[in-house]
Parts: sequence; structure tokens; C-alpha cells
Amino acid sequence: MNAAASTLIAGFLLLVLLCVKPVGLYMANVFDAQSVWPRRAGAPLERWIYRLCGIDPSVEMGWKQYAMALLMFNVLGALAVYALQRAQPWLPLNPQKFPNLSADSAFNTAVSFITNTNWQGYSGESAMSYLTQMAGLAVQNFLSAATGIVVAIALIRGLARHTAATIGNFWVDVTRATLYVLLPLALVLAVVLASQGVIQNFSSYKDVATVEALTYQQPKADAAGNPLKDAAGNPVMETLTTHTQTLPMGPIASQESIKELGTNGGGFLNANSAHPFENPNALTNLLEMLAILIIPAGLTYTFGRMVGDTRQGWAVLAAMGILFVTLLMVTVHSEQQGNPLIAQLGVDQAASPTQAGGNMEGKETRFGIAASALFATITTATSCGAVNGMHDSFTPLGGLVPLFQMQLGEVVFGGVGTGIYSMLIFAIVGVFIAGLMIGRTPEYLGKKIEAFEMKMSSIAILVMPFIVLTGTAVAVSVDAGKAGVANPGAHGFSEILYAFSSAGNNNGSAFAGISANTPFYNVALALTMWLGRFWPIVAVLAVAGSLAAKKRIPVSEGTMPTHGVTFVILLIGTVLLVGALTFVPALALGPIVEHVMLWKTP
Amino acid sequence: MNTRAKEITTALRPALLLLVVMTVLTGILYPLLVAGIARVLFPAQAAGSLVTVNGRVVGSGLIGQAFTDPGHFWSRPSASTPQPYNGTASGGSNLGPLNPALLDAVKARIQALRAADPGNLAPVPVDLVTASASGLDPDISVAAADYQAARVARVRGLPLKQVQALIARRTAGRLLAVLGEPRVNVLELNLALDALK
Repeated sequence: MNAAASTLIAGFLLLVLLCVKPVGLYMANVFDAQSVWPRRAGAPLERWIYRLCGIDPSVEMGWKQYAMALLMFNVLGALAVYALQRAQPWLPLNPQKFPNLSADSAFNTAVSFITNTNWQGYSGESAMSYLTQMAGLAVQNFLSAATGIVVAIALIRGLARHTAATIGNFWVDVTRATLYVLLPLALVLAVVLASQGVIQNFSSYKDVATVEALTYQQPKADAAGNPLKDAAGNPVMETLTTHTQTLPMGPIASQESIKELGTNGGGFLNANSAHPFENPNALTNLLEMLAILIIPAGLTYTFGRMVGDTRQGWAVLAAMGILFVTLLMVTVHSEQQGNPLIAQLGVDQAASPTQAGGNMEGKETRFGIAASALFATITTATSCGAVNGMHDSFTPLGGLVPLFQMQLGEVVFGGVGTGIYSMLIFAIVGVFIAGLMIGRTPEYLGKKIEAFEMKMSSIAILVMPFIVLTGTAVAVSVDAGKAGVANPGAHGFSEILYAFSSAGNNNGSAFAGISANTPFYNVALALTMWLGRFWPIVAVLAVAGSLAAKKRIPVSEGTMPTHGVTFVILLIGTVLLVGALTFVPALALGPIVEHVMLWKTP
Repeated sequence: MNTRAKEITTALRPALLLLVVMTVLTGILYPLLVAGIARVLFPAQAAGSLVTVNGRVVGSGLIGQAFTDPGHFWSRPSASTPQPYNGTASGGSNLGPLNPALLDAVKARIQALRAADPGNLAPVPVDLVTASASGLDPDISVAAADYQAARVARVRGLPLKQVQALIARRTAGRLLAVLGEPRVNVLELNLALDALK
């Protein structure tokens, strides 16, 4: 790794670390304390919202009621996003006159955005009206993120409280997460992004007169729009010359900021954060990477603070950080090595002061290798799924890391809320395993871990590998699944495995060569996203409710400390054991065999 | 009536109303506020960083264009369809590292570069023969600009030194010596080149 890359990575990690305490403390105050100033300032608005919606903020909910409210809120959200897409030609703010989306595509996108996945079968700049983007997709960027945060807060309350029947009020928690955490951060970031060139307007697309005329070929179509074929069955091509480039427009900055902060990842434009209008320079790239990580990283501190022992939070953060840095090194090194087959053609892939070198297919010049590899690792360590380079064109090992991080269950920081609650479930399983080894009743933070918690934790962890591997197996067995593959050989299998891993873990990034905007993939992936999101959420809320009801047992000599090095190793071990045992066979068929083929001596 | 059905109905009203309130707040008011602030503080950036020559908008400083004239610097290959640098169809090739289509495409690009500049036998900088992620990459590496300098100078009948000086002037370095990669904006470089005459 060269000096600039090392400095970037070290500096970035330091920035994240510096943000953990202030952001985490702030969130703990938002959910736990009355006196924090934004809550005092927002109190009139909050009261007005509760009165309007018929919410009594003083009434708390048990876990079943909390889960019911959450599901209801999300189902209605999905219906709203679906309706907006289907009705967009008749609604305002559609300057490009886009038609409505097909039923299966709209269904997929609706589920995708309420589950915080932001898998995108459509191409933003040629499908979605500004209204659909703003009032449908971006709204769910806020609300799905808020949903994730409140599930985490509910679980933390379950650990922090004792002999309690309730875990909070869902409506109040969602409102506060949106008003005091997401909205202010998004507003500040959006304005900064706009200052750097991320566009924010409501104009129709802009035609510009290019410097050179461009001659190109495209398949010729008949009057009905069907492609013409010649006698041999090949498409008839027509040659066109244009002096015009059409630039997409739209309210992008406002959506870009929440897309990162909420670990949503759904780009306004097809190329996502690789597009210069979404991510114009190295500074915006840094801010976007930071925005993806600060809430998931900060929530570890929120957790420690709310359970009354900040060391507990730092221990979880340490486990996440160790996994992250290790995997990051693999990606950076692998991408910088480049593609040996391209090197043979007389291409210079060496890093030098005048070029980034390495594997530049599917990467942007302004980001080069280090910032692209870092972004890819961050976006899949969290459940964000925004991309500033095309993962499909990464080297085999560079692409394995994003895939593997998702398959670990999005616990290396993870999504906003989902990361910390999934990691705490792994912590519960970890102390259970440790308890079995030393022959003591397992406990975590003074709560006895018993059969009900273990059942629910197992469900929360195992549903994901089940749906991911089943979905992949079905897709590689049927023609409708195989038809979507873009690359031959092992890489084609990786595309399918990546799609289901991304959907099942609510990440949303893709090996994007796959043609997934088909009825088969739209429906299969929507089901995967739905189950991968809400099945674990209900199980986690059940754990929260059960833990809240328990008595707290005092610390004794037999208590295993859960803030030390031993626990960090135990937690990492548990995550890797479950993830590796489940997915290594599938990975061997995809990126691993591809790596061997790429580097085999001729 | 069973309790589950009752729970559903009691949750329905706040769910619906809160969704409406949040849609207005985060889906209408928030983007309008950002648009208002951006329009006042950063009007040029908010509108797309458009580049104007003699009163005519010739592009955006952030969005690349296709150049095929040997007298211009060429941009990176673009995977957008049907034409390269199609602003309404951003995206990469998504070709995997072992895909024969990728290797064929790289070979063809090397051939085109060599055909336009037969004397140049230097290894080709990788970004000049690989497609970008967005299909709209506005930049090339400094190495890619240097590689093309002799061709551009010869076709235009300019001294090589002058073209190299132009590249040096148009090179953007790393921010704070760390962020980003040294690069040259192709549209701006070519406009500067055209302005020489």
C-alpha cells in the first residue's frame, strides 16, 4: 500500500473514532434524556405531531405491541411507495414524463426501500419522477433508518431495564429518531454536498452542445418499438450522429445525504455514488463514507451509555473494528494488484505519482484504488449498499470481501440500528457458548440467558443464511434465474449469490451486471428482503421484551466480564464461525475458484 | 373479537397519520429547504456546474464527454449505451476480471490508441483502456494525459512542451495531500487547448 492510501485509511479511521462518542452520547440523550437541547427546541413540533396522530407519548408498549406498530407502519410505507410509482405519470414533478413502473418492479422497489435495502432493479435517471424519488424513496430512507434505530434502542432498553413490562413507545421513538438524529444530520450534509457540486433542483433534463460530434450505432427499431432483425437474425444497426449530451437533473443532494446517513444506499442515479452528480470529488467521497459509518459506530457508544457501562460499547466496537480493518486490507491489496490478464496486454497498472494504477475497470479516476476499495468495504460492512465503483468488476478477492461482509449478517458496524442489534444477538449467542464451555448459566449484562432468548436469537441469526442459500439454489436451478447472469463461469454464479446475499441482509449493492428487473428476480428478491428484515426484527423485539422482564442478577465471581479482550475474541469468533461455516462452500464455487483461475500460471 | 385484530386497528390510525406527517416533513419540506439554501448559496453547483463558452453551454465540468479527434485528449472508455457518455444512462460495464469480453474490449482500445499514435510504444496507462464506473468519468489520470501529449502536439502542430505545460496547469492534485488522486479534467483541458488558437 502506498503512502497516500495508508494515510487516507488511517486518517479516515481516526475521524470515525472521534465521532463515536459525541454521536453516540447525543443519540443516548435523544432517546433517554429530557434535557438535551434539540428535544427542548423540538418539543412543540413533537407535541403537535402526537396530537395530530392521536399518539399518547406517555404510554409505553410491550414487545408484541411494539412489533405490531412497527409492522403496520412499514406495510403502509410500502403501499405508499408502490402507489407513487404506479401513479407517477398523473402526479406532479415528472418533467421527463416517465411512465409508471411495472407492477413487479414497483413491488420490488417498495419492499426494497422500506426494508432499508435499496436494491434497485430500475435505473433512477430513466424511470423515477422527482416526486417518486422525494416523497416515496427518500421518505423511506428516513423512516426505514429510523425503524432500524428504534429496534436497537428497544433491545438496549431490554438489557438496561429490569422487571419491566414495556420497551418504549414505537411512535415516539420513530419520531425522535427522525426529528433529532436523521433530519438535522441530513440537512447539514446535504448543504455541504451541494456546495461541492451535488445538484439540487427541479429542472427538466438539460441538453448541452458537446465539443465534438459523436457517431455511434444503435439497434434499429420498427415503428412499434420492436428491434429489427436481418435475415440471419442479427439486430439491424443504424448509425447516428449527435452533438448533444443530455444531463440528468433533480433534487439529488437532499437524497444523497440521507442515503448515506441512513445506510440506505439507493442512488438517485443509476451509477449511484460513482456518478459525478452524486459524488463529485474526494471531499464529498470522504464525507459520504463518514456519513455511512457514524450512526452505526456511534450506536455502540449509545448502547454502552444506556446500559450504564460504556466499556461494553467499546468492546463491541473493537470487535467490529478488528473485522473491518482486516477485511479492508484484503480489498485494498487485491484491487491495487490489478488484473494479470490486462497487464499481459501491455497496460501499465503500477501505482505511481501520476496514476492510481491497479484494477481500474469500473472505478472512477478521482477516487482511484484506495478510496474505491475503502468505500466498497464500508458500504458492505454497513448495510448501506451505495457504491462508488462497480463491485462486479472488482478482482475476485476484492469482490469476495463485500460478499462475505454481507454474509456475516451485516454486523461489522452494520446498518443503522441493525448492526448493533444483530451484534448484540451474536453477543448473547457468544456468552451462551462460553457458558456451555465453563459450565455456568450464561448471562449478559446481568440478565440470565435462557431457552426463550436462545430460541429467538437462533431464529434471528439463522433465517438469513436459510433464505440467501435457498434463494440462490432456486435461482441457479431455473431458467428465469440463469437468464439474468451477465458474466460467464464462476463469476456468473457470484452475481446470483451476491444478489441474494445483498437482499437477505438488506444491503442493496449488487454485482450489477445481473439483469434483475425481471418478474422472477423482482419477486424472489422482494421476498428475500422482506423476510431478511422483519423476521429477525420480530425475534429481536421478543428478546428485548423477555430481557426487560427479567431481574438483574448481581455481578459475582462467576460472572464472565463482557468488556475485556476475551469477550472481544469470543464475539469475533462467534460471528466468524457462524458466517464461515454457512457460506464458505458457496464462496468456494464463486470468487475463490475465480481467484485461482485468474492467477493460475499459464 | 380477538386481541390481535384489535391491536391492528389501534395501530392503524397513528401509523397512517404519522406516515403522512413524515412524508410532508422529510419528502416535501426538507428537499425544498435544501433546494432553497443551495439556490441562494451555491446556484452554479446546484444547477449542475455548467461550463459556458461564448455564451453557449458546452457541458458540465463534472460530466465527461466522448472525444475521438486525435487532436483532442481522449476521455476514458465509457460503458453507457447506446452511445458512450450518455448522460441519461450512467453505469459501468460490470464485466468480471476473467470475462473474455473485457479483454477483447481492452485490446481494441489499445489498438485504437496505437493506431492514432503509431510511434508511441509506451505501456498504456490502465485508466485509458478500462471503462469507468459511471460511464461519465470527467477525468483521466496524469499518466493518461502525458501518454497522449505527443499525439495531440503533433496533430495540432504545437510544441510538445506547450502541451505538457497545459497538462501541468490543468492537473488537480490531492486535497490536503491525501484525498483523491491526481487527475486532469478532459473537457476543461480540451477547451483550454481549443482556446490556444
